[in-house]
Amino acid sequence: MQTWQKLLIVAALATIIVIAGTLVYFNNFAKRRLIIATTTSLYDTGLLDEIEANYEATHPVDINIISLGTGATIQVAENGDADVILVHAPSLEKTFLEEGWGVNRKVIAYNFFTIVGPSDDPAGIEGKTASDALKAIVAYGESLADQSGVTKIWVSRGDNSGTHTKEKSLWSAAGYNYNETLEEPWYASVGSGMGDTLNVASQKNAYTLSDIGTFLKFSKEGSISSVALLTEEKSLLNVYSVMAVNQTQPHTNTTYQINYADSMDFIKYLVSSETQQFITNFGKADYGQSLFTGAVQPLKDNAPQPIVQWIIDAAFFGGTECPPQYRNGYSELYG
Amino acid sequence: LGLDILGGIAKALELIVSGDPDLYGIVYRSLFFSGTAVILATLWGTPIAMLISLREFRGKNLVKTFFNSLIGIPTVVLGLVLFLAFSNGGPLGFLGLLFTPGGIIIGEAILVTPIIISIATSAIEAVDPEIMNLAKTLGASESQASIAVLKEAVNGVLLSNVASFNRAIAELGVALLVGGNVAGLTDVLTTAISRYTARAEIPLAIALGILLMVLVFLINLTVLLARKTKMLLTVWRSP
Repeated sequence: MQTWQKLLIVAALATIIVIAGTLVYFNNFAKRRLIIATTTSLYDTGLLDEIEANYEATHPVDINIISLGTGATIQVAENGDADVILVHAPSLEKTFLEEGWGVNRKVIAYNFFTIVGPSDDPAGIEGKTASDALKAIVAYGESLADQSGVTKIWVSRGDNSGTHTKEKSLWSAAGYNYNETLEEPWYASVGSGMGDTLNVASQKNAYTLSDIGTFLKFSKEGSISSVALLTEEKSLLNVYSVMAVNQTQPHTNTTYQINYADSMDFIKYLVSSETQQFITNFGKADYGQSLFTGAVQPLKDNAPQPIVQWIIDAAFFGGTECPPQYRNGYSELYG
Repeated sequence: LGLDILGGIAKALELIVSGDPDLYGIVYRSLFFSGTAVILATLWGTPIAMLISLREFRGKNLVKTFFNSLIGIPTVVLGLVLFLAFSNGGPLGFLGLLFTPGGIIIGEAILVTPIIISIATSAIEAVDPEIMNLAKTLGASESQASIAVLKEAVNGVLLSNVASFNRAIAELGVALLVGGNVAGLTDVLTTAISRYTARAEIPLAIALGILLMVLVFLINLTVLLARKTKMLLTVWRSP
């Protein structure tokens, strides 16, 4: 046998050791793995880190958090690469359930989006409704001397995330065709997470749509100079949900190795009253207000109004957070 | 108002000096993944380089050009390809490599293999062909003779290792897409910098940036010194 052949055999063996080692480690030596694909806001605010630490302290499970936008989160779940997803785009969630990718949806929390912008507010949107604010921003954009596309006054996530989905619906509600707005010279799309988008908007003295949680965190760390300009209203409601990924892929009936049992245990943990209280209290000490509010108890109590009705209008499908055909066991979740 | 960069750097230095365990866990993973990837790539690349350099065949230059151009492959493109391949829904999903350390190691090894092949091929070709003939004349077998050539080319192979390590430790695309940036499991210096920036935890991001620069600098300095020392030794030995 020649030298290069011997060397190639050694190389093949080493490769097999790395791959088999990974498989053996995760199947036999590591704690059970629960892969959570999540929208960036729950992760970047630090909420999920704390929930992870609390959960792991009492459960023999290793939580692995993959932080992506809602669109990418759903894609990863459809590929069978995540066990649980945390998202905030009801329209995308509905399709996800209908196509059979996920089951057992629970609404877990809410907060509000806001439009943030430079503190001198050149478009004059402060205190306006979302629709009027967008109209003012368009008017301001059209009045700019520079129409070459260098001056940007609106920065969009542009990544098919939950926030981006909300942005599109706000533009249509204000009477604009989103695909045309996108082409305006003053409109910038960064295709990135909320944090990066806030950084860009702040640097460019532009406006952007943000969830209040990520905005408050960035504002406090002093890395951005933007201020929040709109107050809570129905069209700015932001509802977070959790879903377990279906073990069986709907179209091909391939079965993935989804950790369904631990997924469901984690969902039960999220909707427990202790965790719900924890979510509502998270960040209060640091930011002087809640970043997120647990949604389970308000939905049970049907109060405070009108917020509960807004949640039902925005994030319920046929009067329920998860229609019966998309449930799989665990009826106690829907008591 | 604005970014407090100096304050960020001061806090970063504090974190580095205090030996923050999260910070050094990330450094350890970066070194471990990149190091293992380079070893693996050297094992793959050396026999291929020997084949290319020691044999005559048609299309030899084409093969060399092919590996040369793969050196510059954008890491995010390779990351995307491997993300799709390693996904449970993808062709190599059964290997279970997505979002694991093994996945990053294999991915970064693939990334740097063209560097190893290209540099090692040139190094072996630069060895005087007489050495092979001489070894054979002295009664060496074919494989003993090729080992003699490889020994002469060892400097070139080492150089390719250093270049590969630099590329692996500084790349973002493969580690981010294949590893998933899972805290404490698959996050490395580059992906953690990206995460902490996205989380407005700027001092941590700066600290990781400083550590990454220091590591790359130290490794290159060591190699430079090693080569200098060797050169001095050669001068000293020669009468």
